[in-house]
Amino acid sequence: MYEGAVQDLIDELGRLPGVGPKSAQRIAFHLLAADETDVRRLAHVLVQVKEKVKFCEICGNVSEETQCRICRDPRRDLALICVVEEAKDVVAIERTREFRGRYHVLGGAISPIEGIGPDELRIRELMQRLASGEVTEIILATDPNLEGEATATYLSRLLRPMGLRVTRLASGLPVGGDLEYADEVTLGRAFEGRRSIDD
Amino acid sequence: MPLYRDEAIVLRTQKLGEADRIATLLTRSHGKIRAVAKGVRRTSSRFGARLEPFSHVDLQLATGRTLDVVTQAVSIAAYGEGIVSDYARYTTGTVLLETVDRLVVEEKEPATQQHLLLAGALRVLSTGEREPRLILDSFLLRSLAISGYAPSFGDCARCGEPGPHRAFNPAAGGMVCASCRPPASTMPAPATITLLAALLTGDWPTAERTDPRTRREADTLVAAFVAWHLDRLRSLRHLDLTPAPVVPLPGTESLG
Repeated sequence: MYEGAVQDLIDELGRLPGVGPKSAQRIAFHLLAADETDVRRLAHVLVQVKEKVKFCEICGNVSEETQCRICRDPRRDLALICVVEEAKDVVAIERTREFRGRYHVLGGAISPIEGIGPDELRIRELMQRLASGEVTEIILATDPNLEGEATATYLSRLLRPMGLRVTRLASGLPVGGDLEYADEVTLGRAFEGRRSIDD
Repeated sequence: MPLYRDEAIVLRTQKLGEADRIATLLTRSHGKIRAVAKGVRRTSSRFGARLEPFSHVDLQLATGRTLDVVTQAVSIAAYGEGIVSDYARYTTGTVLLETVDRLVVEEKEPATQQHLLLAGALRVLSTGEREPRLILDSFLLRSLAISGYAPSFGDCARCGEPGPHRAFNPAAGGMVCASCRPPASTMPAPATITLLAALLTGDWPTAERTDPRTRREADTLVAAFVAWHLDRLRSLRHLDLTPAPVVPLPGTESLG
């Protein structure tokens, strides 16, 4: 045990995900030895992130304004909505530069065992966005695991009767992987979704 | 680290650290175990989708100090595909998994019968050949019976007087005779009791001849019985047995 402020810092750091007691101690002593301006800057951004960051009123993405950068952008295609689980997924898809529509962040996936049902997600907000009639296609980009698939199944059951085009991200072999290590489900999906090579 | 091999059904998974997962497994001969699957969340993982809930896998595990480690996995059957493609089946399936997780309390105590019952139920559920509601009720009754909470649908659950009797009481353990009957017992229709008895013994021809009203009443009684023994199942609150729309109707406006 250290005295006062040092121990407080170690305790606080230790509560972060992936930081154990030893790492917390190492970071604390690094900060103690660091330049005061660097530490002030870190403290400043920590406070700022809580003060400034809000959730976009349209898509639920993290944002500093009431609407996020993507929802404000007039060049974005209003007819397309890509539904994702977390704000992290928006960033991942943006990095591909393939998608020019807008997003909808659900805030998780349906998992009854953990007590998360459709009502705990931002599904009602998605329905409200569709009411204007501008949207023609919904791309379901939830994680390709069980909860993500179940969420996609639930949403398609809800959306298909509305006459929208509902699509799901393809699943298959990872680029740079080995065929022999692919599991049966993934390899099976890759076969199902194979395409003609001259497309 | 000594290695062992067993068949297992994945009951649930939880994230661990950067890319690992802890899987709760119901094995055929080692009972319930919790094992770490390293790197499964990476796209390059060699386990990939094999260790998702509902998967039936052949595993090689290494005994660890607190948690075992999955070293190899081969699929026996991927029930998840068929289950997750239908929302009613999915919510039913999660109730099955949570029930087993709650009933099999001790880790590494063999629970072969529960394993076999679960594998059978998931197989039928994934093919869609029987109504999810019936699979669920039958599974709950039989799973409770294996754990020693078999309800009685014939003789009186209290004094053993031969039935049939009229009153049902979950706390008493099933049907009760007129003299044993506690207050607040329900009086279900005789057809419902026939259905429940059929579900407990796995008599599918009898069970499938029943009408929807009888099935709904059976549901209520099974839910009351399960609630008495297992307290509250979280997944039961999210059970949604609405059948999927058979044909999508383009252009029709409805907000579910």
